[in-house]
Amino acid sequence: MTILAASTRALRSAISSTCRTPRNQSILMQTGRIGSLASWNNINSNILLSQQASFSTGAVWQHGSMPRPAPGTGIKVNFVKPNGETVTVEANEGESLLDLARANDMDVEGACEASLACSTCHLILDEASFDKLEEPSDEENDMLDLAFGLTDTSRLGCQVLMTKELEGLTAKIPSATRNMYVDGAKPKHH
Amino acid sequence: MIRLSLLTRGEPLSQARCSIPTSSIRRTFTPSLLSNNIRSFSTAWTLRNALTEAAAPTRPFKVAVIGSGPGGFYAAHRILKHVPQSSIDMFEALPVPHGLVRFGVAPDHPEVKNVMHTFDEVAENPNFTFIGNTSVGTYVTPGSKKADLEISDLRPHYDAILLAYGAHEDRLLGVPNEQTLKGVMAARSFVGFYNGLPCEQDLEVDLSKAETAVVIGQGNVALDVARILLTPLEELKKTDLTERMIKILEKSRVKHVHVVGRRGPLEVAFTAKELREMLQLPGTTFHMDQELLASEMERAGKTLDRPRKRLMGLLEKGIKESKPDQPKSWSLQFLRSPLGFSGDSDNQLKAIELGINRLEGDNSNRKAVATGEKEILACDLAFRSIGYKSVGIQGIPFDERKGIVPNMDGKVVDAEQNIVPGFYASGWLKRGPIGVIATTMADAYQTADTIILDWNSGQPMLNNDSSSMKNSSKPVLELLKSKGHKTVSYKDWKKIEQKEFELGAKVGKPREKFLTIEEMLRVVD
Repeated sequence: MTILAASTRALRSAISSTCRTPRNQSILMQTGRIGSLASWNNINSNILLSQQASFSTGAVWQHGSMPRPAPGTGIKVNFVKPNGETVTVEANEGESLLDLARANDMDVEGACEASLACSTCHLILDEASFDKLEEPSDEENDMLDLAFGLTDTSRLGCQVLMTKELEGLTAKIPSATRNMYVDGAKPKHH
Repeated sequence: MIRLSLLTRGEPLSQARCSIPTSSIRRTFTPSLLSNNIRSFSTAWTLRNALTEAAAPTRPFKVAVIGSGPGGFYAAHRILKHVPQSSIDMFEALPVPHGLVRFGVAPDHPEVKNVMHTFDEVAENPNFTFIGNTSVGTYVTPGSKKADLEISDLRPHYDAILLAYGAHEDRLLGVPNEQTLKGVMAARSFVGFYNGLPCEQDLEVDLSKAETAVVIGQGNVALDVARILLTPLEELKKTDLTERMIKILEKSRVKHVHVVGRRGPLEVAFTAKELREMLQLPGTTFHMDQELLASEMERAGKTLDRPRKRLMGLLEKGIKESKPDQPKSWSLQFLRSPLGFSGDSDNQLKAIELGINRLEGDNSNRKAVATGEKEILACDLAFRSIGYKSVGIQGIPFDERKGIVPNMDGKVVDAEQNIVPGFYASGWLKRGPIGVIATTMADAYQTADTIILDWNSGQPMLNNDSSSMKNSSKPVLELLKSKGHKTVSYKDWKKIEQKEFELGAKVGKPREKFLTIEEMLRVVD
């Protein structure tokens, strides 16, 4: 278990440092039972690590198992919750916005565990930060196309890895539900 | 005033539970506000506060969920998270959970199945009970098998019943010979067959004599079928595609697949990921009408939204980069409606007659209109893939035309739009068979929010107070036991799954699914 965690960590940092590897270059890692490292403790078959950000998911980093940066030392990120409240948190370098959101109990799903198979970690970035990032891959755009409330500065949280250049990034969390009352559909009512 | 439709033996409104005294929530969510001014709480902000700050009743909130696919599990997830004293019993007709995540998601999309980890987490909650191998609610269709439990068996024991049993039937084309010829089948049945759905294992699938297949419909299921038929077998052998299907594919001679739609390229229902996979199939030429695409794109001009624009761009690129004369091919055929199937003397499908359409109407509402011209497309296999359909169950309102349980944000209503207290719907049964898992998740959360709001604001549900609840923690389990019915727990399921992992590991697959209910049950006996 420890070996897996360590090697995954090493792989991850290696990949993060080269950053932006070709997206569809998959690395299949055979693992045994990962055990109780985290809540996703029943991943029992192939873990598909489809690209760099995937290394941050699954067994190793769940639920704050990655040490949080000492206050004042991390990269500052502002999450704007669906209710409008802004929460400023600190990120580790190389951490994805999805992992950062989860570590800070933000309501961001990540249903497919960063394997680029869903759009549930959709975040809306501020324009300046969005422009600092490389273009989303085709595969990410394919999933963004299925997101509710897609904007010009939308990204999947699992695909955005934090760097010092992104200090002060603001990410708006779209509502997880499409509330009909908000969307304007009017139910018939007696 | 909300008129309450009392389905069967429901409590009169005067006795309806309203046990919460004054609290912050009452200012926002009095029943009168709910009925008279639905838009007065029309902000996400208010909803959010109601979800988190409500002074909800303190007695246990008992919820039954019918169905264990994403529509049921995501709703359960949300309810358990926001109502600490909730207790959820999830009923599943099969011994195995997860619905279309197990039996619908393509075997070569294992990443999509990662959602099962969240479902496992939900099941680990001590307030969650999985009751597998137990069907609830006999279908209204004449001749339907009697369910293990009826809704009336559940009513006395729960505050709320969430219907999330999905869409069980496929839509028929309504043309001659679609149900009589060998080689014509529902894409749904084929998908169920290769994904190991027990009730589809009798499907006759013979690919050894077929060279050309036609899929009617242009959604993601249609592309899944086409992809399974054309993907190199060595790739599929690494997936959880059933061994039975692999044996059939080993003998397959299918080389050409036509994916036929009645309208144009702008109206396709498949999404970019699935199209991209089709365009990347090795040794496979892609054909489609380039001129039609160009003219339709020109016509739509700037009205195309980003997803549509990207999808059309992908088609253009596909045409441009397609290598001609590959051993296999697939095509998108537009403006074609099937008029009938014809076969040979052995009743084996040989051709489809297609009516040629033209498009009319503005961009948002393009309609296919028959031109009167016809053509014959020779083929050996045909899959109708024009959508799934839900079926009503006894004692629950059902909209036959839309194929859904009529509802308002997940709250079941009858034909006259009267609320049916305590009944809710989510997933495909609620909104129809469309969308990806993320869509169902959002929709299940919406229903869950409706349920939580109703509970927290003291809306009438199935039981007015705890005195009407039996003391036993699991009266329904006792009822089933008294009938001699065998149920499957989540722990049992994990044993079945473990066995499937072991069998899969022997042949280099993530799992080898059991194909019959008997085999599944044998593991836990």
